[in-house]
Amino acid sequence: MSSATDTTAAPAFGLDRDEALTLYRRMRLIRRFEETVQLLFQRGEVPGTTHLYTGEEAVATGVSSTLGPQDRIAGTYRGHGHALSVGVDPQALLDEMLGRETGVCKGRAGSMNVIDLSHRLIGCFGIVGGSIAAATGAAIALKRSGGVAVAFFGEGATNQGYFHECLNFAKVLNLPVVYICENNLYGEFTPMELVTAGEIRKRAETLQLGAVTIDGNDIWTVRAAAGAAVERARAGEGPQFIEALTYRHVGHSRSDPGAYRKPGELDEWLKRDPLKLARAGIIERYDADDATVDEVDESVEQQIQEMIAAALAAPFPTPGPVAEFKS
Amino acid sequence: MPTLEFRDAIRQALDEALRDDERVIVFGEDIAVAGGVFVTTPGLYETYGEQRVFDTPISELAITGAAYGSAVCGLRPVIEIMFGDFLTLAMDSLVNQAAKFFYISGEQGSVPLVVRSAVGGGGRFGSIHSQQPGTWFQNVPGLKIVAPSSPADAKALLKASIEDDNPVLFLEHKRLYTVKQEVDTEETAVLGKAKVVREGHDVTLVSIMKGVQDCLAAATTLSELGIDAEVVDLRTLRPFDRETILESLAKTNRLVAVEEGPLTGGWAGEVLASAVEGGLHEIDDIWRLTTPDHPIPFSPPLEDAFLPGADAIVASVSERLGVGSQQQNARTRGG
Repeated sequence: MSSATDTTAAPAFGLDRDEALTLYRRMRLIRRFEETVQLLFQRGEVPGTTHLYTGEEAVATGVSSTLGPQDRIAGTYRGHGHALSVGVDPQALLDEMLGRETGVCKGRAGSMNVIDLSHRLIGCFGIVGGSIAAATGAAIALKRSGGVAVAFFGEGATNQGYFHECLNFAKVLNLPVVYICENNLYGEFTPMELVTAGEIRKRAETLQLGAVTIDGNDIWTVRAAAGAAVERARAGEGPQFIEALTYRHVGHSRSDPGAYRKPGELDEWLKRDPLKLARAGIIERYDADDATVDEVDESVEQQIQEMIAAALAAPFPTPGPVAEFKS
Repeated sequence: MPTLEFRDAIRQALDEALRDDERVIVFGEDIAVAGGVFVTTPGLYETYGEQRVFDTPISELAITGAAYGSAVCGLRPVIEIMFGDFLTLAMDSLVNQAAKFFYISGEQGSVPLVVRSAVGGGGRFGSIHSQQPGTWFQNVPGLKIVAPSSPADAKALLKASIEDDNPVLFLEHKRLYTVKQEVDTEETAVLGKAKVVREGHDVTLVSIMKGVQDCLAAATTLSELGIDAEVVDLRTLRPFDRETILESLAKTNRLVAVEEGPLTGGWAGEVLASAVEGGLHEIDDIWRLTTPDHPIPFSPPLEDAFLPGADAIVASVSERLGVGSQQQNARTRGG
């Protein structure tokens, strides 16, 4: 699945019909997962804060679909989509949101810091840019086994020291790492252009990484670009950079109504909702119609309703002595 | 037994770890081709090659983040942060990522990395190349902090640090690098266990790193004054061995924590807190001897006066025990 560089031929993208529907399902699951987290948050079932991936589903889903079992990813505090994209158990992830013992991290991590080594997720990072560093280091280890590390991060992270230090570090050491910049135009509440000098991709180009800017809302485009980048990294051509242009449909965090958005901007992006584009792509290129895709939506809906019931019934962890160190 | 210099003890430990475990890698600024600015890593690059021993850019964020990422993916990185003062730039990956991983992941795994760093004053390096960063990290659960005082411990504790499955900050005092000692090179050590390096009955001197050497020198002088000092080498700041401190206090009833570091917020305060909390009825006197609460000065007379050396320890203990340096035979016993 790693060589989908041709976006023109149909049946497209190096996927058969069922595989394409599976990817769509994953995007739909991420969307409904995030809406569920928001719903449960408003009902007081999700403590603390949470940062939703709604609107950016094509990026993680597309990128992770090009990875193999020997690869690893590092996500961000907007990381539920990153986690689900590599197959983290949705139930365990939802349970984690609710602080339950059955959570993927036993309720110890919460929304922002999910780790699931058994599903290739080396962490989601609450510090902006932390994922860049972790993936860079992971690449040192993965180089031995033919693996590739992927860092997801927002455009805000490109103004952190981590970005400059790690891209340079990875280049001089020729590490197999792919940097995925999810440019959603806003660093928290602040428009990117107010706080960012020059063009982001050119920063990577200056460091002589392979670098492209792509439509991050179109999963087929993401898959093609990521597949090519992962292949180059794996072939020993060093670190690669992808700027995926996308948009979050919701606020930065639970407390953000998004008042800073320009008038009409959200509506424009909603016309290019990644789920709509994925649906259209499937209908156009495969033997499928709206009813086919609706069936997928219905199966996700059923899964979500079962997950909510199970999560609400799951036990909370019990306070007690814990080990400080691994022995 | 062979004589070993402290810096060579470090190199031997790294050499043996690289030799015995394919997962061990060593990287940092100037550590490979140049052999390290403190000459602790010569020959390793030549022996093990650039895949396992390599130079990095001057990028402490990247170096430490890379150590974290590679450790999570199965390697056992040993990195060098040249001066401890530069750990300020390395804190995120250590404090927010490495130290938390075991707990917040629900114990899925741990982060077996070692950060070596040269610390401490007395080298005329000024206020931003002489600090003691151990206490900056001491209230971070999940980190181990190792602070050896001798060549034998440097080797044994560094090997134990690399073998440990947890993130370890390994501090090397610059003024110890040239210390030589006869050692059993096969000696092993356990992280988290303090060591009584001199037995005594009148007063306990507690320290780490170069402070232990100063305490031993002070103890020799104090014995000439009739004071029989016990010296406890904490060896690690985390885990913090309260038990050995309390055992020694129960024996001597007087204790001074000698810390090369500011009075406020230092580990010496933790020693005294432990003594009060766990040994209140054993106490005749406990106190701290530290550096003043201001940055480390550059000028030699200022820096010499700033650091608590053997003379300062002798003076402090003599004063607290009411023994003048002229009173050669005034021996006081605790209890």
